[in-house]
Amino acid sequence: MTATEPARGASGPGPVPVSLDPSIAPPGTRNFRDAGGIPADRWHADQNGETLVPTHCCFCGVQCGMYLRVDKGGKVFGVEPRNHDINRMRLCPKGINAYQQVNHPDRLTAPLMRRSRDEEFREASWDEALDFTVSEIRRIQDRYGKDAFGLLGGASLFSEKTYLVGKFARVALQTKHVDYNGRLCMVSAAGANKLAFGIDRAGNPFSDILLSDCLLIAGSNVGECFPVMTQYLWGARDRGASLIVIDPRETAIARTADIHVALKPGTDAAFFNAVLHVVVAEGLADEAYLAAHATGWDEVKETVAGYPPARAAEICGVPAGQIVQVARVFAGADRAMAWHARGIEHHSQGVENCLTVINLCVATGHIGKPGAGYGTITGQGNGQGGREHGQKSDLLPGGRSITNPEHRRQICEIWGIEESELPGAGTSMMEMVWQMQRGEIRGLIGICNNPFVSLPNYAVVKEGYDTAEFHAQFDFFLSETAANAHVVFPVTTWAEDEGVMANAEARVVKHNKAQEPPAGVRTDTWVMCELARRLGAGRHFDFPGSREVFEELRIASAGTVNDYYGITYDRLEETGGIAWPCPATDHPGTPRLFEDGRTYHPDGKIHLQVVEWHPPMDPYTEEYPLSLTTGRTVAHFLSGNQTRRLGALVEQTPRPWVEVHPSHGFRNGDPVRVVTRRGSEVFPALVTEAIRPDTVFIPYHWPVPTAANALTIDALDPRSKIPEYKVCAARIEAAERIDEVPEPPTAPGHRAYPETQVSRTDPLPPTAPQGRGTAERS
Amino acid sequence: MMGRTIFIDPGRCIGCQACVSACRECDSHRGKSMIHLDYTEPGMSVASLPTVCMHCEDPVAPCAEVCPADAILVTADGVVQQADTTRCIGCSNCVNACPFGVPKIDLQAKLQLKCNLCYDRTAYGLAPMCATVCPTGALFYGTLEELQAERPGVQVADSFVFGDVVVSTGVAMVVPAEKVQWPVPGGLPVVEINGVDVR
Repeated sequence: MTATEPARGASGPGPVPVSLDPSIAPPGTRNFRDAGGIPADRWHADQNGETLVPTHCCFCGVQCGMYLRVDKGGKVFGVEPRNHDINRMRLCPKGINAYQQVNHPDRLTAPLMRRSRDEEFREASWDEALDFTVSEIRRIQDRYGKDAFGLLGGASLFSEKTYLVGKFARVALQTKHVDYNGRLCMVSAAGANKLAFGIDRAGNPFSDILLSDCLLIAGSNVGECFPVMTQYLWGARDRGASLIVIDPRETAIARTADIHVALKPGTDAAFFNAVLHVVVAEGLADEAYLAAHATGWDEVKETVAGYPPARAAEICGVPAGQIVQVARVFAGADRAMAWHARGIEHHSQGVENCLTVINLCVATGHIGKPGAGYGTITGQGNGQGGREHGQKSDLLPGGRSITNPEHRRQICEIWGIEESELPGAGTSMMEMVWQMQRGEIRGLIGICNNPFVSLPNYAVVKEGYDTAEFHAQFDFFLSETAANAHVVFPVTTWAEDEGVMANAEARVVKHNKAQEPPAGVRTDTWVMCELARRLGAGRHFDFPGSREVFEELRIASAGTVNDYYGITYDRLEETGGIAWPCPATDHPGTPRLFEDGRTYHPDGKIHLQVVEWHPPMDPYTEEYPLSLTTGRTVAHFLSGNQTRRLGALVEQTPRPWVEVHPSHGFRNGDPVRVVTRRGSEVFPALVTEAIRPDTVFIPYHWPVPTAANALTIDALDPRSKIPEYKVCAARIEAAERIDEVPEPPTAPGHRAYPETQVSRTDPLPPTAPQGRGTAERS
Repeated sequence: MMGRTIFIDPGRCIGCQACVSACRECDSHRGKSMIHLDYTEPGMSVASLPTVCMHCEDPVAPCAEVCPADAILVTADGVVQQADTTRCIGCSNCVNACPFGVPKIDLQAKLQLKCNLCYDRTAYGLAPMCATVCPTGALFYGTLEELQAERPGVQVADSFVFGDVVVSTGVAMVVPAEKVQWPVPGGLPVVEINGVDVR
């Protein structure tokens, strides 16, 4: 095998010649291209037979291009940067280490089964595990009704699989109860975008950041959650763009911002209303654009009149002058953009927070132009695509509404079922857990999610799952949630299958298969189709692989706002990604929205929405005077089921901490008990001036007893049903000892990853977590 | 000035340690990282700073100069290589001599390890692994002209002062324009050496 031949078992285009980033290898330099591809001696290919398979990172919504290095035995053993449009060779530590999970010793390689939670897991045959699952589904649905069985998907799945999750729930299980963990991610932004623009995606590609003159980053720790995006921010700054960061913590991005507004968690709507107040008061609004393209401006203007900077300053705990400054800089820029993430979306008024940002962009005319617009940065790899094709409780493929008779008819025709057979709208992920707690949902299958770490109010989540009579989970590691299940199906990683994901720009990219799955492991597609066959719905699930599912998905999305019809695997391989809507195979895709001034509402207008600020759901009292807010650290991804097993990432950030301001009198490493109305846990203190004195912060990637989500509140946004992770009332007190970080669960007979040689009882990581203050080195 | 080299811009560093992970993936010392990532003001700020081997030019590589086994090769293009494993005796002289604290000793193997500017990659026109992946451009590989084309007006320094010794390096550091004329320790201007105003 030569270096340019496909890896064994790889489908898709196989390795392609690498072109170097011109900024690091100008013309004339000897490079891969000059050498006619990867030079044969570069990785001793003659001896090793190494190949490079082009794909994308499995983690966040940036979806960096990368090559997986595959040895001559067909095994993934490393990573090589790839000059893809999105990341131009750059990778963050998660991306660099992601390949290590593919052949990790903790991988599940046989179905695990037990008939009750009192028993230990034992390895079972696929037939036995599938038959048991099917008999439990039948037993529960016969006894309690179809809707007593639920399905929870995930936004790290390929779009083909998320499409199948929705179809499997509605057609094979015939239950209305299906939702996904993207519900915990960016549904607030999705809801706001649909209300305002009639389309649920970011308005601009990342490359527009480079053209912008003012960047407003709200509630997004870009440096740690989406590190590769910082190259766009710095690129804009090299051109002289100003940077405004809204965040209660001084993050790595906020440190270098022109204006850092360290507002109190849960006050974003008041802040943005006040900024708009100044825009109106100083005559900075683009009245001509508003008159031509927007509705509702008068009502918005009237509302923001009630938010003078002095009032907002009091609510938000920031100087009024900063509010005025933000308004002048943002409105005064030729081209300005706003990007936001979970910081403003994880709230009981998450949708409204996003709407206030949209109001600001539209009112200042910063929309639908190169370098001007808005975007939301998705947390999960397929946070965008994961909800477009029917995995969400209220949506059918193509973003169709499950309550719209015309939409139902269209999908039933494609699926070949009667409309009467199609269930109605179900409930959201957190609500499903409450229903499990009440005994309304008796059985559940979870695919690619870990609610035991990722849902708020752990005690409620645990009780809900414990109450369920049957629980099956698809995963490739034994997550904390899978450890509670009756059946665990071992499924493939992203490197062992092909499929598409849509990144934060709504650019659809293709992941390629780099190696065959280990013996005993099946794709999620295979497992769902096999379950469907055994449930008697096999004729609707005749899919040999992702390619066939994607063909049906394309057709099912045709003519909708989320139109994928013109996107094919071949085109994705040629182009490196196409942004939807893409209605025809000769259509170039739509990287930037609203360039013609029209939105996706029938009247073509932007529908501005009135927003009044209301305080967070967990009230502050003398007993609970502080705000607890949560977030990520650069080394870990979501519930940590994947990254807490990778040696380098564990070494980088082995455990969580609580970030507190020096005014509380703690020293670095002191045990600090954080108490909320849901419970209390002890973390080592990370004392830093980079956080507000009235706020404490805990990263959320760990399970109990070091889980931020044992403390957070399960209050939901009434529209998006996203939990209010980013603010709850808390107090801190001195404790005697620090809670130990638990080892990730492993299957019977498996062992912990040998490279994870980090003491899990260290008071603090050996190096400062996420670039912040650390324990005294003495 | 310097040819293709690494430029370090601490202002862009987000402390993510992508460089550390990437360095570990480099084939020339696979499994071990040769980069230091320092947090400069713990508890005060999130500021951080990556340090790679600075590939000293004048005096020529103190680590190589003090090596009793002549194990450290300096290539014609100024790259200070990691110690030759067939010669290195693990004496730590290089560790003590390096003003930037770069070389490490693998105590078990009694061998020195250090950044060799990813010679396995740069020999083929590729950037070193750390500078390739750095998500922010805090580590940039190329010529000064390429850096300035991408970042108009950027100024760099390639000489540093330690006590009364000035060390010129092959790797340069981005510094504020008004501070570029003098040798800088970590980006700060030196105004006085042993009581003598050196401006």
